[in-house]
Amino acid sequence: MFALLGIPPQALFGQLLIGLINGSFYAMLSLGLAVIFGLLNIINFAHGALYMMGAFFAWFLLQYLGISYWGALILAPIGVGIVGIVLERLLLKHLYKLDHLYGLLLTFGMALVIEGLFRNKYGSSGLPYQMPSALSGGRNLGFMFLPNYRAWVVLVSVTVCLLTWYVIERTKLGSYLRAATENPALVQAFGVNVPRMITITYGFGVALAAFAGVLAAPIYQVSPQMGSNLIIVVFAVVVIGGMGSIMGSILTGFALGVIEGLTKVFYPEASNTAIFVIMAIVLLIKPTGLFGRAH
Amino acid sequence: MVDITSNSIAAPTVAVARHQYIAFAVMLALLVAAPFFVYPIFLMDALCFALFACAFNLLVGYAGLLSFGHAMFLGSAGYLSAHAAKVWGFPPELAILTGTATAALLGLITGAVAIRRQGIYFAMTTLALAQMIYFFCLEAKFTGGEDGIQRVPRGVLFGALDLSRDMALYWVVLAVFLFGFLLIYRTIHSPFGQVLKAIRENEPRAVSLGYKVDQYKLIAFVLSAALAGLAGSTKAIVFQLASLTDVNWPMSGEVVLMTLLGGLGTVFGPVAGAFIVIALENYLAQLGAWVTIVQGVIFIVCVLTFRRGVIGELGRLLRKSL
Amino acid sequence: MKFARTLLMSAAVALCATAAHAQYTGGTVKIGVMSDMSSLYADIGGPGSVLAAQMAAEDFDAAKHGMKVEVVSADHQNKPDVGSAIARKWFDQDGVDAIADVPTSSVALAVADVVKEKNKVFLISGAAIADLTGKACTPNNVHWTYDTWMLAHGTGTAIVKQGGTSWFFLTSDYAFGHALEADTAAVVKANGGQVLGAARHPLNTSDFSSFLLQAQASKAKVIGLANAGGDTINSIKQASEFGIVQGGQSLAALLIFLTDIHSLGLQTAHGLLFTTAWYWDLNDPSRAWAKKFAARHGGKYPTMGQAGVYAAVLHYLKAVSTLKSDADGKAVVDEMKKLPTDDPLFGKGTIRADGRTLHPAYLMEVKKPEESKGEWDLMKVRQTIPADQAFRPMNEGGCPLVKG
Repeated sequence: MFALLGIPPQALFGQLLIGLINGSFYAMLSLGLAVIFGLLNIINFAHGALYMMGAFFAWFLLQYLGISYWGALILAPIGVGIVGIVLERLLLKHLYKLDHLYGLLLTFGMALVIEGLFRNKYGSSGLPYQMPSALSGGRNLGFMFLPNYRAWVVLVSVTVCLLTWYVIERTKLGSYLRAATENPALVQAFGVNVPRMITITYGFGVALAAFAGVLAAPIYQVSPQMGSNLIIVVFAVVVIGGMGSIMGSILTGFALGVIEGLTKVFYPEASNTAIFVIMAIVLLIKPTGLFGRAH
Repeated sequence: MVDITSNSIAAPTVAVARHQYIAFAVMLALLVAAPFFVYPIFLMDALCFALFACAFNLLVGYAGLLSFGHAMFLGSAGYLSAHAAKVWGFPPELAILTGTATAALLGLITGAVAIRRQGIYFAMTTLALAQMIYFFCLEAKFTGGEDGIQRVPRGVLFGALDLSRDMALYWVVLAVFLFGFLLIYRTIHSPFGQVLKAIRENEPRAVSLGYKVDQYKLIAFVLSAALAGLAGSTKAIVFQLASLTDVNWPMSGEVVLMTLLGGLGTVFGPVAGAFIVIALENYLAQLGAWVTIVQGVIFIVCVLTFRRGVIGELGRLLRKSL
Repeated sequence: MKFARTLLMSAAVALCATAAHAQYTGGTVKIGVMSDMSSLYADIGGPGSVLAAQMAAEDFDAAKHGMKVEVVSADHQNKPDVGSAIARKWFDQDGVDAIADVPTSSVALAVADVVKEKNKVFLISGAAIADLTGKACTPNNVHWTYDTWMLAHGTGTAIVKQGGTSWFFLTSDYAFGHALEADTAAVVKANGGQVLGAARHPLNTSDFSSFLLQAQASKAKVIGLANAGGDTINSIKQASEFGIVQGGQSLAALLIFLTDIHSLGLQTAHGLLFTTAWYWDLNDPSRAWAKKFAARHGGKYPTMGQAGVYAAVLHYLKAVSTLKSDADGKAVVDEMKKLPTDDPLFGKGTIRADGRTLHPAYLMEVKKPEESKGEWDLMKVRQTIPADQAFRPMNEGGCPLVKG
């Protein structure tokens, strides 16, 4: 079959695997975005910048406190999550009664400020972050050499995504969150502290982004622009998957990463465009997204 | 959707209000005097962006459609205009026309896809479509990728006016800007503009009144795209360069910033906003990343407390619609 | 408006006439160092280039020659539109007389156009594309330090002769990358090798995994890195992550600077063969200058690009003081071509009619960790390429300035 297609299986599987790894980042980031949009009705344009902050946090921890990657995986999401909560309390909460678009514009402004501050201090070329030694090296799979770290990224992302989905869709806490989005007044009447839940949800979504940032640090270089490069693709993923659908974002994220990898085998120059072409098609056929419900 | 354009303070009827005549005269006087005191290249840059912002404002301020991908019109028109002038040897007026037509066509195609969604989904759609255009421009041979199209000849306008002199070019750019500005003004104050406003305020009612809402939105979209293209084409001739910067999404963000700062839904707001932002960029250019930070802060402040923008607030003070 | 301008001009001329014979526009010789101050090329040029220009101005001792010299700087962000706008503003409004450095070939091409239009001087050090003294040459360009032809011939020839007969390129997708790939491919083919393919990546890419995979799949003996700065560093780091070298393929860093090697570390980079136009440890004057530079630059030693800025500015100032004027860019460049070059870093050399500066090139190899005796003691000379062989023959460039 491969002789027919004219490409060696090594190239195909290799790129698919790389695509899966990229897809992990798309999935984790779009998951955070979907959580925030689905439960808060805010388009968080700052998501990319917060992902970048997660990576920088890990870098700070290593550089100044000597805390390794493993510590950073826990501390960075918590730290950036707190920053997210502060931003939500200070800025975002004023916009809940207004049109969605103001949320988009505000978080866009936040993204510019955060990225600008980091770029001012660190330039835009990127700082190296050391790969944790336990995960370095790799194994030769025959059709490609798979670095251990990249395999780790896929495993962790899938786990975290599934855990999140489970919490939101299958637990009581998750059901409170979902109810609060549909009818905050009623849920509040039941004695549930809705504003606090919203704040915590935003913090959680941000923490997910920061976690992805720490995962990215050893392979993608820690650079102030790492977020803005990704964020548009992640938006496309969320639109295709259906804004607000958790499982939709996860599946679409991985799927699109793989499709991007496939495109790289046959027509590398178009690999970036492929996702947007799919988005345009989905919008024409099923505007609410593949898994979305009408909002 | 009503909230985003809360600047309609007793908007004038179809007849042109006198205070707007005065405002226009002031703007015209300033623009005519400016090149003798201020660097003409800076002014031309600002004028192109002012036209771009006005075109954007037509869509968001009057039709109520926030497009987050308007850079695709600015940039692709710039590329076609540059290519036409450099490779096909078109004189500047035809090159600019080529660019504008390209943007209009692109507007028709992307509009047909994007119009199917509203509000936030419309914004996301335009953003993603713009990224597609960006990647196309990145890969296409004729755009020169990262290098851009360089050495674009300024040419001789209508076979008579040599545009290589900055001052001569300034008057041409001013004329182009005024043409676009007045065209938008006429559109807003026409029956077509009234229907657009009706759609913005209450779409279901407009539908029930028998208006083909999608057609109106599409026409507004194409018009906005074409004028944004006019701005982009002119800019390519002025700077003799067409590059990826103009087709990338931060540029879409910039035009939103200019219009928001100036005042969404006001007539003169986008012009003021464009001049302020370009001036800021020039002054702060030495400070590198501070430009981005300041822009972000302006966004935040405008959204939280300054939603009417500079001209909008001015209008509110004077109790006149500007 | 015209009247006002005429009045101003007459006043300016009158003022100039009263000054001691010398006519420097605006009373000062202003040099604008335009570089990438914050992104992937910031270490190879950037603020270090500004320092190099300042050191040149100081060493020149302007007061002794009855001149005032000022150095200004700007960040072109690797964007041609930004670069050409800055150049225009510098010339129209700020009285800048010469622009120096400009790494990033696409920006250099755009700036060269503006320099020619306004008849100023362009002292190119960071940019690599050989067209600047070839198809795109102008009477206002002086191209110092290195170019893609020099790199391709120096490194390419050496590696093919060592047995690297099949190549796959990882190319930065803009003017510089294309030029470096094309020049090297020509050398490889001329020496009996073959080019199996190329993967083009955007400027400032952080993830090279899919491109490296393509390179692996091609089974080429040599993976030629036609990129620079941060892109080269990332390619080499990720190549080691993906076991490229263990798999039997070798890397050819076609353009790599001292700071890149320092960033990679000798453990990763040892054995790399590359060509350079200057290294701080070549001779005593260079060592002395490098120490002074490092003391003012946070301990970081100078790259060849920064050294080129120093030498070019010094020679420019010599030419200006000989002519006693900086107004006519072409005249100054002609003077620069007439005067032989002589500075502590590059030694004695000349500038050809097409603007190309001639000095020797050096084939270098990165030292093993155990061979290095200091933080910046990173490479050793394998071969010296004499100046008349290091650069493309003048008649092959297609430069319109070259007669015959």
